Amino acid sequence: MPTTLPSDFADLEPFAEWAIPTEKARYDKRVASTMDELQAFYDAAFPRMEDALVYLEQYSMDDLPNDAKGLLWLYCSLVTVSFPVEVWRQPRVPDSGASSFDAVLEPAV
Amino acid sequence: MPHFAKPAEGSWTEHYPELGTEDVSYHDSISPEHYELEQQAIFGRTWLNVGRIEQLPKVGSYFSKEIDAVDTSIVVVRSSKDEVRAFHNICRHRGNKLVWQDYPGEETSGTCRQFTCKYHAWRYSLEGECTFVQQEQEFFNLDKSDYGLAGIQCEMWEGFIFVNFDPTNTTPLRDYMGELGKGLEGYPFGELTQVHKYRAEVGANWKLFIDAFAEFYHAPILHAKQSVSEESRKLMEVGYEALAYEIDGPHGMVSSWGGMAPPKDLDMVKPIEQKLRSGLFGPWEGPDFGEMPPGLNPARHKAWGVDSFVFFPNFMVLIWKPNWVLTYHYWPTSYNTHIFEGTCYFVPPKNARERLAQEMAVVTFKEYALQDGNTLEATQTMLESNTPVKTFPLGDQEVLLRQLHVTARRYISEFQQQSAKTPANA
Ligand code: FES
Ligand SMILES: [Fe+2]
Repeated sequence: MPTTLPSDFADLEPFAEWAIPTEKARYDKRVASTMDELQAFYDAAFPRMEDALVYLEQYSMDDLPNDAKGLLWLYCSLVTVSFPVEVWRQPRVPDSGASSFDAVLEPAV
Repeated sequence: MPHFAKPAEGSWTEHYPELGTEDVSYHDSISPEHYELEQQAIFGRTWLNVGRIEQLPKVGSYFSKEIDAVDTSIVVVRSSKDEVRAFHNICRHRGNKLVWQDYPGEETSGTCRQFTCKYHAWRYSLEGECTFVQQEQEFFNLDKSDYGLAGIQCEMWEGFIFVNFDPTNTTPLRDYMGELGKGLEGYPFGELTQVHKYRAEVGANWKLFIDAFAEFYHAPILHAKQSVSEESRKLMEVGYEALAYEIDGPHGMVSSWGGMAPPKDLDMVKPIEQKLRSGLFGPWEGPDFGEMPPGLNPARHKAWGVDSFVFFPNFMVLIWKPNWVLTYHYWPTSYNTHIFEGTCYFVPPKNARERLAQEMAVVTFKEYALQDGNTLEATQTMLESNTPVKTFPLGDQEVLLRQLHVTARRYISEFQQQSAKTPANA
């Protein structure tokens, strides 16, 4: 089911596949992406972050509409993607080999 | 010239003379026989933290926990008397695992009125009494009151649930937690109900991961590539010095500077950290809980950022200045493997801005932990390899490691002395 973002954020719709509800899936998508893909997402989403935060702040966490949830998840993905884009220039953290570290419990939203 | 004062003896290590200053053997981390001793002498006899009270919100709430180190599975429940109780997760009829779902080896949780065995439907109350035996008349003078679940000592400290597998244990949990525990009493752990929990299977002895988290000496080096490069260079130059170390009984703590939440200069941190006002040290703006318990920031230093407590054997609590908490658990599964659990606790976010600031802190922790965990496997394999290098120098910023290994060995020698006094063939 494709997530639709709030209409104010139609420009991010090409990146709606990053509206992913769990941290593990966000991380898996990052690791499976090229640096060019990560950079493209970052370049589109980062400049709109303050707008998104202001937009999302009109809701309390208990009654986020679905499209707002999608926007929040997309920005959770931006957090995940920021590490390789801003610092490492590679999808996995340097010197982490094959090690994994998986979320077993996280907030629903 | 140290940046922060050390004790009069000249070092933290010499302040605790029982620790010595000589090179340390890591034989205790590479030997299956030694691990077996640790299972009996340490994990079988000390208070172990298995969860928090928020995991048992109401009467009948339960969770199971697999504890390889003592070869058992337990179930922890809020009983009808509103007490927290722990039992071995075994049915008294023919030994089936009592609480599990689909996969017997996986931990589970839920709420029930009573426990019913999946095999022949024997039932147990939340207090552990056997209340129903299927076709009871087929058994031979069976008295149900003889077939209650096998209980385990279970006590709470500040909402943390602990069990002790030694039926002869007479040390109350609160006494066991000692002065360091007492110094934290009153911290509002119960307010921090927004939980992110991670788990990793690590190919290293359990003590090696505690080593990695009980010193920050490695941080500017191993994690150099996590910071913007100018900042990374400065961190490496300065190295790491703690504000204070404290050791009490088997436990220890290290108090560290903050300086990154918020940073003195925004250029010290990454663009997303500037935007979300959050990072490794947590969201820069945390809740105000008023006066803090006396055990925090023992040096009363204004640059204070985080205190890390190592509660022997396998439980760490980190309390950060912006009032969030991290706990670490290290559950051995063999002499050279363990399961690591890292749990982040925050106040529930009021809005998405706070939620994202928390996400930033959590994911940063994960990326650091990935580097830490991977390095451990490199250490374990070399410690086990055929090499003439058998002992290792530990610096003063590694005093808690010395304390951990000395304490773990002391538990074993005390256990061996006691076993020698009480012949097993009695
Ligand atoms: S083993 Fe549990 S009822 Fe038979
Ligand atoms: Fe580390």
